[in-house]
Amino acid sequence: MGIRFVLMVNKQGQTRLAQYYEYLNLEERRTLEGEIVRKCLARTEQQCSFVEHRNYKVVYRRYASLFFLVGVDNEENELAILEFIHLLVETMDRHFGNVCELDIMFHLEKAHFMLEEMVMNGCIVETSKSNILSPIQLMDKAS
Amino acid sequence: MAGPSLMDSLFQRSLDDIIKGVRLCPPGTEPTFIAKSLDEIRREVKSTDRQTKAIALQKLTYLHSLHGVDMSWAAFQCVELSSSSAHSHKRIAYLAASLSFNPSTTDVILLLTHQLRKDLSSSSVHDVSLALSTLSSICNPDLSRDLTPELFTLLSSGKPFVRKKAIAAILRVFEQYPDAVRVCFKRVVENLETTDVGILSAVVGLFCELAVKEPRSYLPLAPEFYKILVDCRNNWILIKVLKIFAKLAPLEPRLGKRVVEPICEHMGRTGAKSLAFECMMTIVSSMSEYESAVKLAVGKVREFLLDDDPNLKYLGLQALTMVAQKHMWAVLENKELVVKALSDVDVNIKLEALRLVMSMVSEDNVMEICRILISHAQKSDPEFCNEILGYILFTCSRNFYEVICDFDWYVAFLGEMARIPHCQKGKEIETQLIDIGMRVKDARLELVDVARSLVIDPALLGNPFVHGVLAAAAWVSGEYVALSRNPFELVEALLQPRTSLLTPSVRSVYIQSAFKALIFCIWSYGKLNGDDASDPSALTELVAKCHLEGNSETVACESLSDTEVDNANMVIAGGQMSSASSRKYHLTKESLEGLVNLVGTNLGPLAGSDEVEIQERASNVLGFIELMKPELYGHLGHTEGNGMKGKLEASEVVKLMFDVFSEELGPVSLSAQEKVPLPDGLVLKENLSDLEAICSDVKFPLSTSFSLVHSQIMEKDTASSPECKEESGPSTESTSLLAEHRKRHGLYYLPSENKGTTFNDFPPAHEPKDKTIDEAEDLAKLTEESLIIKKKQNQVKPRPVVVKLDDGEGLNVAVEKSKVKTDLISGAVREVLLGNEATTSSSRSKSSNKSSKRREVDRIPESGNDIVNTAISERSNVGSGRRKHQTHLSSGKEKEQHDHKGKQKRDSRHHKHKSRQRADGAMNIPVQSPVIPDFLL
Repeated sequence: MGIRFVLMVNKQGQTRLAQYYEYLNLEERRTLEGEIVRKCLARTEQQCSFVEHRNYKVVYRRYASLFFLVGVDNEENELAILEFIHLLVETMDRHFGNVCELDIMFHLEKAHFMLEEMVMNGCIVETSKSNILSPIQLMDKAS
Repeated sequence: MAGPSLMDSLFQRSLDDIIKGVRLCPPGTEPTFIAKSLDEIRREVKSTDRQTKAIALQKLTYLHSLHGVDMSWAAFQCVELSSSSAHSHKRIAYLAASLSFNPSTTDVILLLTHQLRKDLSSSSVHDVSLALSTLSSICNPDLSRDLTPELFTLLSSGKPFVRKKAIAAILRVFEQYPDAVRVCFKRVVENLETTDVGILSAVVGLFCELAVKEPRSYLPLAPEFYKILVDCRNNWILIKVLKIFAKLAPLEPRLGKRVVEPICEHMGRTGAKSLAFECMMTIVSSMSEYESAVKLAVGKVREFLLDDDPNLKYLGLQALTMVAQKHMWAVLENKELVVKALSDVDVNIKLEALRLVMSMVSEDNVMEICRILISHAQKSDPEFCNEILGYILFTCSRNFYEVICDFDWYVAFLGEMARIPHCQKGKEIETQLIDIGMRVKDARLELVDVARSLVIDPALLGNPFVHGVLAAAAWVSGEYVALSRNPFELVEALLQPRTSLLTPSVRSVYIQSAFKALIFCIWSYGKLNGDDASDPSALTELVAKCHLEGNSETVACESLSDTEVDNANMVIAGGQMSSASSRKYHLTKESLEGLVNLVGTNLGPLAGSDEVEIQERASNVLGFIELMKPELYGHLGHTEGNGMKGKLEASEVVKLMFDVFSEELGPVSLSAQEKVPLPDGLVLKENLSDLEAICSDVKFPLSTSFSLVHSQIMEKDTASSPECKEESGPSTESTSLLAEHRKRHGLYYLPSENKGTTFNDFPPAHEPKDKTIDEAEDLAKLTEESLIIKKKQNQVKPRPVVVKLDDGEGLNVAVEKSKVKTDLISGAVREVLLGNEATTSSSRSKSSNKSSKRREVDRIPESGNDIVNTAISERSNVGSGRRKHQTHLSSGKEKEQHDHKGKQKRDSRHHKHKSRQRADGAMNIPVQSPVIPDFLL
């Protein structure tokens, strides 16, 4: 399982989206998120985007007020994950038009579906933006 | 109570309302608002109206996922809603399930099986994809077993959208239910031939995950992977394929030779840093024997290191760490960049650089590197400073101080580290000081010096972080007091007023050490006066000499304690050593009196201390002084009136104490206790547990200071000599008893848990030390087993001897467990790929669906064989393929027989096969060679 979790967190450290690819109970999630957020948010732009935490490597990137944090196995390629984060943001941008924190909050479900299209079981399965978005567009049309 | 009414449905708040509500909450009222919303949700979710239920679940999922609200109670409602015909409801239900269900404990998952099956075979791709995503996140063994047939169908679905998800989902199914491999693996492999990027990405990702766990099984698929490596232009896929090759290449040398070229090509051609990085890592981790490729990769690493992007710098350092294991030149070439990175703004980069520097450490450069690092540490911020210290301590102590030749230097260096203001590694330094004391005899002299300078420095007492170190230093000075230049000064240092700043546990070590030093002084003086009053310094020197020579202290004191032969020895030894004036100190009556008074005044108030440990130890010492005083003064003043009896008694007690303290602590193996055979008739586990509850409080304090309290009580109560003489009976015994006790309750002797663990970690020793124990044979046996002391070693060796283990010291043998499942998967994979019957028996005895499984098994091997055949015929050499086929046929027959035979038999066969396979580890390549060489041609 390459990717263990994907988190989106705002500047204040509030979680805006959390998708785990292995089961953790609420308490474990809360502590994990707390620890990681504390570690990553304190870092500056001049520092690298990789943080080791417990047995994960956390790859993160900041877009405006949102932090995207991805926890991966030690085997994973950090630069590829950075590209993955960028792809995710671009995809959301394309769908929401300059995505912001509120878009994700109010469309949490959609954000999850986008992620679901891209990653399954911790493996990246789709990297084409239009492929990722087509089922969501269909769904939008239907409703 | 009325159920959910129409009103609830009509006026239900939407998810947006909730989100806005939470955002508008004045600070502090958020929990109340959420609690209120939850009450609503609880009502709404029971509604018969699906829309109401769906919105309730949607809100609940939101609160669960962003506000950490528990939603396990709504699991059943998720299942209910999943059967809705509306896709949007289904989505909500499945999302809620996948975000909140615990695969191993949520029992309603069972109820979801039917719905999932229905959706997996639905005509709507979106339903199918939804079901697949859900399955992959809540998969458990039952679900996997029940849904394997549906997945099998989906694996060759005509719709790529579904197929790729089925492939991604199957990994979890394999993990949970390895038998699914037999059914589905062939179809998974077929997907490697696809041109659809999504499918390929999924299937390569799947193999990447599988290969990480057990690469060998996937060697036969190397040709397919090679094709992808050469033909594919998608970076995501290439990265995964490279990861697979990184695992496969070390298993099959010819494979590395073949793929190294395309990998280098990719590395040179690609503009994507991620792919370049992956190529680099693959080469340095798995193909390090191809010099030119490594050179190319190191060139790329340098590019990364020189880049301004901190990400690339960080990864470059990581890559370099990996190269360093086999190609040190690469690090040396980039040395200046690495050292520069030590002062980067990013602590992660600094750490990476530090790791790299530490990986360079060897016997020759350890001193130089440590010197550089320590000066760096003094300039850094506290956090990084401690990282550096931690790494130094770890690296230097690795594998029993492997890299250390000059222990005198290292011991002094430890002392220096303890003095760094930010140092928080006291615990580790403490452990190592004691560890070295016990393991490395030749370092003791320097160790005692270092300990002295630590103990004597009043400034250190104010820093709580070094208290651990001070405890170790105090213990060392007490334990090896015979090596001390000036025990008097030591006692003074140990009792200086500022010791009140120490924690009670450390302080009690101080008191105990002062006690040891005091005993040593009195004993030395007594000996001198009795035997050799003319040369006061000779005795100490002798003892010191004995230590230096590597004799055990007990030997020394025994030899001193009796007969003229020993006396002669002593004189000779004294003569030899008399030049070593540095070790001289004045052992006179006055100084001894002063010492005793000093101890008395300093410890007096402590006898009333609140801390039991301090109080106890102080009382022990005071009691001893009390007992000794009249004798001492009498003795010292050479009063003729002093009865012979009294004199004897005093020296007897001093000797007893000295014996006790000079009993050397040897390394003890973790398993020493188990090695002692249990005497017949000794029942350890019965009834004693009841006793313990009663006795524990009583027993412990008593036994902690076993011999002391004992003699003290005797003395105080009766104040007559006969009792005391009785004491001398058990004296030899008590030595061993105490030693034994010390071993067991090391904790109480040096009250940092460190010491306890150091003890336990110790390897079994070498030769049992010979002791004069005639009584208490059982105990003696125990002690001998555990308190073993190395025999005199040849001391001319350049590197001092470090006492080491025989049996596995630090090896953790807990890896086995997690392997089981993977083994099952790879076993099945091998069976499918190779038609290897070796693992047939891994179809374990799950009798429930045995018949169906048999059917599958019968069906699959043929097709499994087909792949092998096609793979082979494609890449020529049919002959070997046929051979393979034959093996398979015969194996099939064998299997028939097996099924008729008893289970036991099968089990034994299973083992045999397993072991054969293991043994084939290396042979495996020849076995598989029919596949590989074709590809290599």
